[in-house]
Amino acid sequence: MNGEQRAPQAQPDSGTQARVPHARTAGAPGLLEIRDLRVSYRDRGVPLPAVRGVDLTLAAGETLGLAGESGCGKSTLAGAMLRLLPGNAEVSGEILLNGSDVLKMSWGQLRAVRWNEASIVFQGAMHALNPVRSVGRQIAEAILLHAPKASAATARKQVGELLEQVGVPAWRAESYPHELSGGQKQRVMIAMALACSPQLIIADEPTTALDVMVQAQVLTLLKQLVQERGVGLILISHDLSVLASTCDRVAVMYAGRIVEQGPGHRLFADAAHPYAQALAAAFPVIGDMASRRAPRGLPGDPPDPRELGGGCAFAPRCPVAVAECVEYDIRLRTVDTERSAACVHVGVSA
Amino acid sequence: MSAPAAASRRRSSPWRAFLRDREGMSGLIVLTLFGLVAIFASLLADPAGLEVTKADGPLAAAPSWDYPLGTDHAGRSVLTMVIHGSQVTLLVGLAATVISMLLGTLIGIASGHFSGLFGGALNRFTEWFLVIPYLPLAIVLATVFPPDVPKLIAVIIVIGVTSWSGTARLVRAQTMAIEARPYLERARALGGGHWHQMSRHVLPNVMPLVLANTTLTVSIAIIAETTLSFLGLGDPLRVSWGRVLDEAYALGAIDRGAWWWVLGPGVAVVLVVRAFNMCGRALERILDPRLEGRS
Amino acid sequence: MTGPSSGAGAVTRRPSRLPSPLFVLRKLGSALLMLAFVVVVNFFLFRVLPGDPAKAFAPRGRNADPEALRELRERLGLNDHWTVAFGKYVESVLSGDLGVSFSQHAEVTDVIMERLWPTVLLSGTALVIAAVLGVWLGARAGWRQGSRFDKLSSNAAVTFYSMPEWLLGLVLLVFLNRYGIFPTRGMNDPRSTLPAWLDVLWHMVLPVTVLAVVYVAEYSLIMRSSILDERRADYLTTARAKGLRDDLVMRRHAMPNALLPSMTLFFLSMGFVVAGAITVETVFSWPGLGRLTYDALRGPDIPLLQGLFLVFSAGVIIMNLVADLLMPVLDPRVRAS
Repeated sequence: MNGEQRAPQAQPDSGTQARVPHARTAGAPGLLEIRDLRVSYRDRGVPLPAVRGVDLTLAAGETLGLAGESGCGKSTLAGAMLRLLPGNAEVSGEILLNGSDVLKMSWGQLRAVRWNEASIVFQGAMHALNPVRSVGRQIAEAILLHAPKASAATARKQVGELLEQVGVPAWRAESYPHELSGGQKQRVMIAMALACSPQLIIADEPTTALDVMVQAQVLTLLKQLVQERGVGLILISHDLSVLASTCDRVAVMYAGRIVEQGPGHRLFADAAHPYAQALAAAFPVIGDMASRRAPRGLPGDPPDPRELGGGCAFAPRCPVAVAECVEYDIRLRTVDTERSAACVHVGVSA
Repeated sequence: MSAPAAASRRRSSPWRAFLRDREGMSGLIVLTLFGLVAIFASLLADPAGLEVTKADGPLAAAPSWDYPLGTDHAGRSVLTMVIHGSQVTLLVGLAATVISMLLGTLIGIASGHFSGLFGGALNRFTEWFLVIPYLPLAIVLATVFPPDVPKLIAVIIVIGVTSWSGTARLVRAQTMAIEARPYLERARALGGGHWHQMSRHVLPNVMPLVLANTTLTVSIAIIAETTLSFLGLGDPLRVSWGRVLDEAYALGAIDRGAWWWVLGPGVAVVLVVRAFNMCGRALERILDPRLEGRS
Repeated sequence: MTGPSSGAGAVTRRPSRLPSPLFVLRKLGSALLMLAFVVVVNFFLFRVLPGDPAKAFAPRGRNADPEALRELRERLGLNDHWTVAFGKYVESVLSGDLGVSFSQHAEVTDVIMERLWPTVLLSGTALVIAAVLGVWLGARAGWRQGSRFDKLSSNAAVTFYSMPEWLLGLVLLVFLNRYGIFPTRGMNDPRSTLPAWLDVLWHMVLPVTVLAVVYVAEYSLIMRSSILDERRADYLTTARAKGLRDDLVMRRHAMPNALLPSMTLFFLSMGFVVAGAITVETVFSWPGLGRLTYDALRGPDIPLLQGLFLVFSAGVIIMNLVADLLMPVLDPRVRAS
């Protein structure tokens, strides 16, 4: 199954800059390996790049956070992992899930992999649940699809157990999405993602539309379930503080690239890339009243994908940009044993 | 990510967008052709050919070089009748649409603007007309219409009066959406009267929608005209497509197997109605950004 | 409390799948109000007839008889103040008395009841066929927007939608009549050797085809546009992510959602169905209410027309009421609001 046995894992040879050794907690084989993933959306013949060469690895039981502003390509990345992108998306690179490339699978193989090996927790609070089917039926549908021998009764029993596990009373299986609160819908979504016991769960902004108390509950639940089951988790959020407290490792994305990668707590406290610093500063540190009163924003907007030149995509907004930034495309560089960042200043200072 | 680009491209003038719309343009071309035929009918075919007594063709004959669409039971050329019939059909269709649009816009704006009993009553009234089947109502109205009114005018009014409710419903919804906008709050705060608010602020914003709806209403009105004529409720003194078809049915086209008698006017009806529908769909696409991406 | 079948609390907390009594009452009241308005319109429209309304209500040729006219005037309440006459009219309508048809020489109510069944049979059959086919065609076309199938079926739908139903019937008849494959008029043939029900079915083929084709055109366009509205919905991505086949994503997820708005529009277009019934029955001499309307127009048989208007309107109002009441049973979201 596992084609990749190298650990620590070497980055594929995509960048011109230094290779990045990953500090893995265990020598576990790669559950997910993404190599030089590129996605662009074709708009009237013009390709608009959304993901521009991303390398990622995830071991079983590991938790990876993916942070960035809306439009940075993090949701496209999530969609690409199960090939859920719209028809005008062009994807290249490799996405190895348990060693086999998702991008090269036939539709039949792909359908078998979807939800069974990797599932997605969508924004359940919004419209990710079908409004006219009971939530129980929607969960059971996944179970029956991937375990065709299961009887309807077994599936129903399993649905009840799943719901109880995520803290929703089992009788709610008969409810329709609009009869549930935002938090409950998100829990249902998590139960649904767990239904086929996948090895990888991708949570795409699972707490965005929820209020703070419920956010914390849902995150705790997610983290706990992932730990219990030894599932790999990719948690996508625009909120770096959430990721820092939940994830083993965090990657920050900007304009379709990963600009910094490292342990969650370190990235939040002392980021190397100026964009990651700005992102960390945009959220108040819990308990730190000063940062709450004066949150620092970042001037300007993310770049238009049509206008990306050869230099660093962040240069126009970067407070510490130098002439080199506009000219050279800067790839990830080693900061220290467990961190890497794509910034000219990194190589110099470290 | 492509949303802003698409939006800016779409913001060019609606007329330009219409010119680029293949469906809308083919509809417009067909309509122009039929319009020219109606205007120059007398030049294209001698109106004398419409009179049973002056017709000199063979009786109920299949299409030939002299009679490209064949002849009817009295030896009249079907082509001549189709050419002249376009006048009444288009005139009734357009005139009825004008009445329908006026009624629909007025009632729609008023029922959307006025809250309380008056607006509520108007809304009920609209709903009633929406639900009541239009053909029985039109039949009843046409039967009880004062006989001293020319039949042509009567048919126009009957169709206009029975076909406004769809427009009124659309306009009402749009009016309520516009009235919720801040600048209307300001107009109200500055003491703008009902008339001022409706004519200066609501009407200009409702007009594009009414325009797109007009072409669809014309197609409904033309179907209604031919149907009423077919049922014998049209003007007996003037030739229209519906009346040619009524005569074909009543005077034995089926038993004679005289397909040409039906085909000429029938194809004309379908072509014109379809062309209006095509223009309407194109306009809807251009004016309603929600429909973007539909064909 | 594990497992899906939970305790007693679940039973009480489970939301009802039926519309609330208040909702039913409101819809019922609204339908009754519409019916009442039909009765009012029916009374006044025919009372404002120019000249002597009694003459309009009297059969041709007999309106010269002053004795008969006086009697009719009395019956119609034309000598009374309109309020009194209106009261009498409402009373007789409520008791099911719609006057006397002079072209049929019978009570209007009896004439209508006799012709009701053929119309229900014809239009009902066409409607069921059209709803099933229209939903299927429209959903498939919308799901694969821009495909060959979509282009072909949408073009055909717009064409048939642009065609009055009776015109399609007329064209079919004028081409098919000479071959004599299908019967072209009436509902049965006394000379037929077929069993009665099969003979009726045989006679239904052409008129049902014509009605169904035109209704399918309308319904498929409605369904197509509803599917287009749903096509980018998030829950469809969820369904795909679960590993469902594309056709199951459409059938199990997109269709149920798109069907609900379509249903409302289907029922709103009932007036269109009535128009089709009137004209197509006329063309095929089908002995239903539609052909009866055509015949009543020849008089014109005013009492019969009045009765027919009432029945057609009532039919559509009742269909709309049924749709309104059915909606919350089918759509969990309507139940909530």
